[in-house]
Amino acid sequence: MVENMLDVEIWRGKETGRFETYRVPNGSSQTILDVVTWVQRNVEPALAYRFACRVGMCGSCAMTVNGRPRWTCRSHVSKVVKSGRLRIEPLYNMPRIKDLVVDMTPFFEKWQAARGQFKPSITRFDPMERISPDSMRRRAVDAGIECINCGVCHAACDVVAWNNDYLGPAALNRSWTLANDERDADRGGLLSTISRSGGCHSCHTHGSCVEDCPVGLNPAAGIAGLKRMTLTGLLRGDLG
Amino acid sequence: MIQRWRRHPGYWAAIAHRLSGLVLALFLPAHFLVLGLALEGEIVLESAIRWADQPLVKFSEWALIVLLTLHLSLGLRILILEFLPWRGSRQALIGFGALVSILAGSVFLLKLE
Repeated sequence: MVENMLDVEIWRGKETGRFETYRVPNGSSQTILDVVTWVQRNVEPALAYRFACRVGMCGSCAMTVNGRPRWTCRSHVSKVVKSGRLRIEPLYNMPRIKDLVVDMTPFFEKWQAARGQFKPSITRFDPMERISPDSMRRRAVDAGIECINCGVCHAACDVVAWNNDYLGPAALNRSWTLANDERDADRGGLLSTISRSGGCHSCHTHGSCVEDCPVGLNPAAGIAGLKRMTLTGLLRGDLG
Repeated sequence: MIQRWRRHPGYWAAIAHRLSGLVLALFLPAHFLVLGLALEGEIVLESAIRWADQPLVKFSEWALIVLLTLHLSLGLRILILEFLPWRGSRQALIGFGALVSILAGSVFLLKLE
């Protein structure tokens, strides 16, 4: 019996490099990550790629598959491959280290620049604050809090590609959850930080982040919320 | 080449909004020039208006109507997205904008004699 094979193009190199084609067994219900692993274990031991949990929890296996950023562990080959073509590249908008691995440092630096840290308003010795799960702000936090920093939205964003200073949808989604956190001590400072050049006002609302987020989050709606919040803050004069 | 991840209505709406804005900006000087002819007298303006009755110019006018309504409705979409709370992808707004533009273009065609 002739085994059903699939031709897969995989990026080899750094910023400059080339696509190498590999023949991979086309098994039933295999994921893109399975394909990359098969190539590394059987054909090309030097192939560099990143993964950890394999079940969509850690967010480390994101790559560009047939032109779209995806979690490779949660992308079935049968659902992604159209007309027998499969092309796997590293994520866009981040420096390439080797083969399918990108340097995520600039991505996480943007989380820092977007003041991604929680600033407590009380100490551990004070009683815990009571936040109603039904409050509007708590529900806004709930809608954005499940981000696992995989970088898919950052790679999909046009503005990130055009503007090096732009904080990007993931970092601004984090800012949005903090801006809605009633326990945060410095909302004015946060809004002031993300109102600067490259902040929330740089978003063009193309919505690629919403299209591609594997968790189904809506960073574009959060960024629009930040735009409104900063405008209200400006009018009230309470931007820090 | 348009990358795969850009092939969604939000991206096309942004492109249509920007390109229609550019074309309308190019049209504006011509528009003001013709309006300015009114200062030079009725006959000069009238001859410019007669010149505009040519089929190719009429076609351009139709294109302008379509682009103007498209730019207007996509601009309103941006204002809605920026100033009103929303969830989901709001892609229906894009469809609505395109529909307004097609309707305006059709009305213009029907009004042609």
